[in-house]
This record gives sequence, C-alpha cells and structure tokens, in this order.
Amino acid sequence: MSNVSETLIPKIGVITDVRIDTPDIKTFRVVTPDGVKPFDHRPGQCAMLSVPGVGEAMFSITSSPTNTEFMEFSIKKCGCVTDWLHQAEVGQQITIRGPYGTPFPVDDEFAGKNLLFIAGGVGLAPLRSVINYCRHYSDRYGKIDIVYGSRSKNDLLDYKEIVDEWTKDANVDVHLTIDNPQEGWDGHVGFVPNYVKELGFDTDKTVILCGPPIMIKFTLDGLCDLGFEKSQIYTTLEMRMKCGVGKCGRCNVGSKYICKDGPVFRFDELDELPDEY
Amino acid sequence: MQKITLESLVEKAVSLLENGTVTSVLGWKKGEFDYDITPAVFESADELKKDFVWNDFCGANFSKYLVSKTCKSEGKILVFLKPCDTYSFNQLLTEHRFDREKVYAVGIPCEGMADINKVKEVVGDGISKIESNGDDLVVTTIYEDAPVKVTCKDVLAERCVNCKSKRHVAYDELLGEEGEVIASERFDEVERLEKMTPEERFAFWQNELSKCIRCNACRDVCPACTCEKCVFDNPNSGVENKAASNSFEEKMFHIIRAFHVAGRCTDCGECSRVCPQNIPLHLLNRKFIKDINEFYGEYQAGAEVGLRAPLVDYTLEDLEPGEVFDRRDNNA
Amino acid sequence: MRKCLVEDINSVLAQINKAAKVYLPVDGTDGKARFEEWAEGKEWSNALNTERSAKDFFFPQTENLMEFKTEGKNIEIIDIRSDKDDFVIFGVRGCDVRSFDILDRVFLVEPIDSFYKARREHGIIISVACGRPSETCFCGAFGIDASNPAGDVTVWRTKEAVYWQSNTDKGEELLKKVEGLTDCDEAAVEEEKAKIKKIMDKLPLANLSTEDFGAGKTMELFDSDKWKDLSESCLGCGTCTFVCPTCQCYDIKEFNAGKGVVRFRCWDSCMYSDFTQMSAGQPRLSQLERFRQRFMHKLVYYPERNDGIYGCVGCGRCLAKCPISMNIVKVMKSLGGKDNE
Repeated sequence: MSNVSETLIPKIGVITDVRIDTPDIKTFRVVTPDGVKPFDHRPGQCAMLSVPGVGEAMFSITSSPTNTEFMEFSIKKCGCVTDWLHQAEVGQQITIRGPYGTPFPVDDEFAGKNLLFIAGGVGLAPLRSVINYCRHYSDRYGKIDIVYGSRSKNDLLDYKEIVDEWTKDANVDVHLTIDNPQEGWDGHVGFVPNYVKELGFDTDKTVILCGPPIMIKFTLDGLCDLGFEKSQIYTTLEMRMKCGVGKCGRCNVGSKYICKDGPVFRFDELDELPDEY
Repeated sequence: MQKITLESLVEKAVSLLENGTVTSVLGWKKGEFDYDITPAVFESADELKKDFVWNDFCGANFSKYLVSKTCKSEGKILVFLKPCDTYSFNQLLTEHRFDREKVYAVGIPCEGMADINKVKEVVGDGISKIESNGDDLVVTTIYEDAPVKVTCKDVLAERCVNCKSKRHVAYDELLGEEGEVIASERFDEVERLEKMTPEERFAFWQNELSKCIRCNACRDVCPACTCEKCVFDNPNSGVENKAASNSFEEKMFHIIRAFHVAGRCTDCGECSRVCPQNIPLHLLNRKFIKDINEFYGEYQAGAEVGLRAPLVDYTLEDLEPGEVFDRRDNNA
Repeated sequence: MRKCLVEDINSVLAQINKAAKVYLPVDGTDGKARFEEWAEGKEWSNALNTERSAKDFFFPQTENLMEFKTEGKNIEIIDIRSDKDDFVIFGVRGCDVRSFDILDRVFLVEPIDSFYKARREHGIIISVACGRPSETCFCGAFGIDASNPAGDVTVWRTKEAVYWQSNTDKGEELLKKVEGLTDCDEAAVEEEKAKIKKIMDKLPLANLSTEDFGAGKTMELFDSDKWKDLSESCLGCGTCTFVCPTCQCYDIKEFNAGKGVVRFRCWDSCMYSDFTQMSAGQPRLSQLERFRQRFMHKLVYYPERNDGIYGCVGCGRCLAKCPISMNIVKVMKSLGGKDNE
C-alpha cells in the first residue's frame, strides 16, 4: 500500500473518565489503548470522534495542548453520536482522528497581548484549551479576562476548574454570570452581552468570543460600541463536516472550508465572506 | 405540431394577469436551444412576451410545483395543464396537497411532446435550431448545410406514443378543443415483461436498475412523491440511503418507490422523462396499474378528485390474497 | 505519431488489454455509451459523452473505506485497502481528462486521499479528440482544446485510421508494447485538428465568457438577485452533481452487514437539503442557497483556491440531463452581465 499520510482511517481511543459537567454536557477523557495521548494538537483544533455503527462527528479538543497525558472533549447531547457518547461508560473504545483545523494564533497574534475570553454556554468548550494554554504560558501574555455565562449555575461548564484553578490564578480575572437569579448564586445575573458592556473593558485587548449565534451577535455589537475593532476579535464557526480535511465539500463559507481554514476566524475576515453560517 | 399557438397562451396569460385574476403564471421559459425549456414563474406581461415559450418540448408537468407555489404565494397562480398533467393535478387535490383556491388552471390541448434524444438519434448532435412546420420538426445542425426534416410522430416521447388521454379532467378554463380518452397500448411493454421467465425479467431489471445513480430526479419530479421528508432521506427511518451500497439496494429504492405510489401514480411518465440514465421507470408503475386494473377493475388515478384508490378502499368483491398468490405460476 | 487502420482498432485494444485492463465507451441497450471493460466483440462507441463521466474510475460513487468489528467495549479497525493493478481508460474526451486535474487539486493536496491516489496512480488515460462535438459543448470557455486533448496518450479517429500520440512516459511505455501500430507523420492529425477547431468556432456556445467569474467575485455574485429566478424551479435532485465530472463532494456513511460495520463513502450533492443539516441548525435553508452554492463553487470558490482554474470543464452533461434544463450555461449567461449577452 502506498505510504501516504492517512486521513480517513482513525485510531482507537479509550474513554478513561466521564465527567458530568451540566445536565446536558459531559466531558470525556480519551487516550489510546496504550494509555497515551492520541496525538498532539494546538489550541482550538478539533478531532473526529466516531462510534462505529452510529456515526462520526467533529468536536473541539477542550484539553490544553500542554496536557501531555490525555485529551478531553466536552460534549453536549444533541444528536446521534452525542446521545450515544452520553451513555458510554469508562473503558468504552471509540475511534479518533485529527487534529483538524487552523488553531488560534497563540504564538504570534496573541503573543504579548491582554486577552479577553467571552463565552456563552457550551461555547466555553473550544476556548478551554486556549485559556489553559495561555495560563500555562502566562509569561507570554498580558492579563487574561474571562467572561462566561450560562442559563443557570448548573449549566456552567468546567465550574470546578473555573473556581478551583482559574479564579485563583493571579494573572486571570474571571467574571461569571447566569441568565436568571438562582438560590445559592451570589454572583452576577444577566446576559453575557450586557455584562460585557457593564464591565466596559479597555480596547487594548484581543478578544476571543464563542457561544450561541444570538449571543455572539449582541456581544459583537457591544464590543464595537466599546471601541473594539473587528480585527481584534476572534471566534470559531461550526458547520456540518464529514471528512475534516477540506475534501468532502460541505463545510464551506465562501471559498473557506471551516474544517481546514477554520474553525478560528477573525470578525474582519468573516466580513469578507458571504453570510451563510 | 402543437395546434394551440404560443401567441394564444401568452395572450391568455397576459389578460389574466392584467385583469387581476392571477398574480403569477407558471409556464415554460425558453432556453439556450429550442428544446431546453425550464419551468418558470412569470409575473409580468413583459416577462411573458420575452421568455414564455410553447413548442414540442414543453414536457414538464407543472402540477407538483403547485404544492410549493401555492404555499408561498398570496395571490392566485395561473397554471397551464396538458391533458396528462390534469390527472396529476386531480390526484394532488385528492391528497389535499395544494390549495385549489389559489390556482387558476387553463387546460391546453397537446399533440404529444418530442423527445430530444430521439431527435438526436435521427439528426445527430450539433443542433442549432429546431422549428415546427406542420407535422414536421425542421432541425438545423452545424454539420449540415440544409436543415433536416423529422416527422414529429417519429420522435414522440414514449409516454406520448402511449398517450392515455387527450381529455382534460380538470380546469377552470379550456383553450382549444377538448380531446378524448384514448385506448392506448401502454401495457404492451408490461405484457412483454410478464411473459419473460423470472430469470429473464430479473436480468432485465438488473441491467436497467444498475444504471441508477441515485440522483433522486424520478422521486423529486414525481407528483405522487410529495412527502415532506422521504423515508430514504430520513436518518431516523432505518432505511436512509444515499447511494446503493450493493445490488440489492439498487433495486430497493425503485421498488419501494413504485409500491409507495401504487394506486396514486397517474402514469404521467415524468420519472422516465427525467431519468438521466434512461431507465424505463414508468414500467414499474405501469405494472402496478395493470395489476390494479385486473384485480379490482379499471381504475385511473386522478380521473376525478376524491376517488378512492382500490388499494385503500375495501369492498366485498375484492380479490382474495390467495388468488394473487396463485398468479405467481403465470410468471406475473 | 503512430497509426492503425480503423478496422484494426480491436486487435490494438486487445494488445493493450494484455498490458493492463482496458475500459472503453460502449453503446448499451439504450443506445447510450458507458465505460465498460473491454472484451472481444465490444465496439468502441462513436458517442461524444458517456452517460456517466469518467470520474467513477478514480472517485467511484460508493467506496468502502474500512470495516469495524466491535466486541463489548472494544473496537477493531480493519484496513480493507488492497493493491491496485494498472488499468487503461480508453476514449476519454478532453473535458473529462481535464476533470481529473480538477479532482487532483482536491484529493491530492495535503492531506492526500490515499483511496483516490491509489486509483489515480494506476490509471493510464488515452484521450480522444472530438470530431463531432455537440451544441451542448463549451470546453473552450475553460481553455480546453477538444482537438488536442491531454492524457497519457491522445488518439484521433478519422474515417480510415486511428492516430496515436504518447504524451507521457507512461503512455509511451504502453504504446511500445503494442504491435500493429505503424509510425506516421503528423499531416493527417494536423488536418483533423484544424477541422475540429473550425467546428468548435461554429458551436452555439463558442463565445461563452468566464470574464465575470473567478477569484474575488464572491460578494458581488453571492448577493445577486438573479439566483431567485435561476433556482425557482430546481427540483433539488442530484442529477447535475452526479453526472458532473468535477463534482467531488462526498458523504461518509456506515452499513451494518450483521457481521460488522462497513464505513463507506458515497457521492453527495450540495443540492440535497441534508447536505449541511446539523443538529444545531441549517445554514442553507432553501433551494436557492443550495443551488447558489453549486455554481459559486464551480465559478468562484474553486478558482479562488486553485490559481484561477474553474471547476467546470464544459462537458455539457448537465445541459443534457437536468430535468428542468437549468444549468451552468444559463447561470453564466444570467449572471455574466454584458459579456454573455
């Protein structure tokens, strides 16, 4: 057989830990059958996970590249593959291939900058790897602000990690919010876009924004009102994917393939693309 | 060869638009050549005068478009219906698939439509012009100095050779003369297949259906296929199927489709007209029609609005299943 | 340049078939040509286009990728790829030959698709010049010369003789193995080329312009109000995409045969409503968006990614096959402004 890099044939992965994050999000830890990390990746990249007989789907790798032992995926229950995964137990094998996509520019455009991460709901998943990467190499970046909101306290992803680690990091300011008041919650209440405006950040920051489309729209407007340029703000896009390598033809927005040229885009780049995502 | 003229259709459409009876017109739009005609919605007299066309290649059956067009539009839409199209029209109404109130149907006579493939079998490729002249088509090609005359009758589409009716079974208004139901020979080919041994018949369909590329054109054009989500497109159906993964699946799609439209298929022939691989799909449907006729008495889907097809209408005279089973010995 | 007499073509093909299995266009029971394996008695069709394009040879409609065996929580992946033998595709038209270059720029760029590559490496292409093009032909708009098509070997067929010219080492190696081809000068072929060029100029679509398309035209064309009329009666079937020699979109599906799971890929169509359907939403809600995607891909997105090369070869199959006779030529003429009036 010709000796070329193989793209469609996956490796075996083993689920070694399942963490229940929210009522509909679980975080899966995956290693190879030999117990090592399946492959190296960069912050923001994705992987194709599959369950033979059920299907294959693309997921953000939520663990940081600096984690050399395993990979993690925070997965919301919303379709065939995710339904099945949510029922999987520790020890279950799945298949995994990747890494796919162009990562966040952590080593060039982010270097030396103050970073502002804004996430809503499961939108924190693609940001977790880059947040932890930037925390790990904190000397390479300025101050890190994180604004994260969800429907309720129970719907906040990675809550334990946020409270136990991120909030204790001297270089990091975490601003949490939930949509409605809730017993046992003494933090901020309100939607993310409004909270961002209230916090009123300096415009010297590079922004990474991820969440549901409506939250992105209003947050983006708010940031622009605060004086941010679109060229300072990054996001990730999501489309249906099959191959993950820019060949099966379905995840394009204009001439860009989300699986290959994305999922990370700057908003000024998106202005150059048709509004079809 | 068509007896009704382009001018009279345009005139009718323009007057109905201008007097406010309709707000749009579903008609045929001219293409690059004289035979590549596209169904289109016209909304002004100017558009109609510029692009509306009526000639021997206006085969498309507009009935199914009414499902989506009447959904969207507020006003009435004018649709031109050839006799065979009116059966689909009625069948769709029987199944409550579109809003009759939003349609103004004009029946137009049809002398049969030509099949460009048959024209090309005679004159070859390189057609630059096709004109109608009496009973002939006058075809100019880039290869011959003089145009070639082809008799319309010789290049009729299969479904028109076996035309079952020149009578309209639905319209608000009729242009031209009404025709009659025709005693066609459309079941001859089915009989030929019935006379084959099971092995021969299997080989026949194997050869035909192996050509299928699963483009779904037959399904998407079929006026009897109006499910909002086809079982073959539904991942939750368990039989979702985008491409045949083996020779069993090649046949499965077409046979299930034929079963699904049995008793509802009017034999409009659109499936075979659009098949890019020239599979005679209408023969599957005709077999069902012939069987229904023989088992339950003559039945023509779409002949009247509200007819109950024998397959969904129990009567004490119905054939016993055992009698059907016994027929297997006759290879039918 | 080599030649053989028209009546000797079968013995020449028989010899080529000894070196590598030959596929050629043969007329079927419906009078239409399809590529078939050569065998004694099969006649080389005179047809211009085969009903299915030649892309099937490298990118078949369905192709098994791998198998899985599952037991309890464990999965085994079985690599089912096997070594391929050389094969010859004889009688490929210039448009279809160009389609291979277009597919190569998808499947052979990093990361390389090994399934496609394995087939491509073993395929030897013998093209044939088009002596009698159709009114639906417009390969010239994309710079394809139907009188002198590319390929490992090019063949010209005149009334009396078939002329053979090798263009690559692979092609020359093959022709060397064939006895019964005699050397000849190029006069007859030059005459044939000139004749074909004259015909090409007379074709109704000879002046189709690509001027208003290509890289950088995304925003201008995407927002055109013409898409509504163009897509108005589109059935949403996959005919245009499946008869197209350059459409390369695919789906990956699974088939549970009872003994294990087979993962295969199959052609998919951007015209289908489920093409971009996600659990979370649908970016192309109506047929207008799907229709637009297909033509934008061929005329703008593909050139933008591929040095200005268009994703269409002008074979005319979609013109002949679309159930509603809507096609890329009508799209180009409608969107192409003055240049295509």
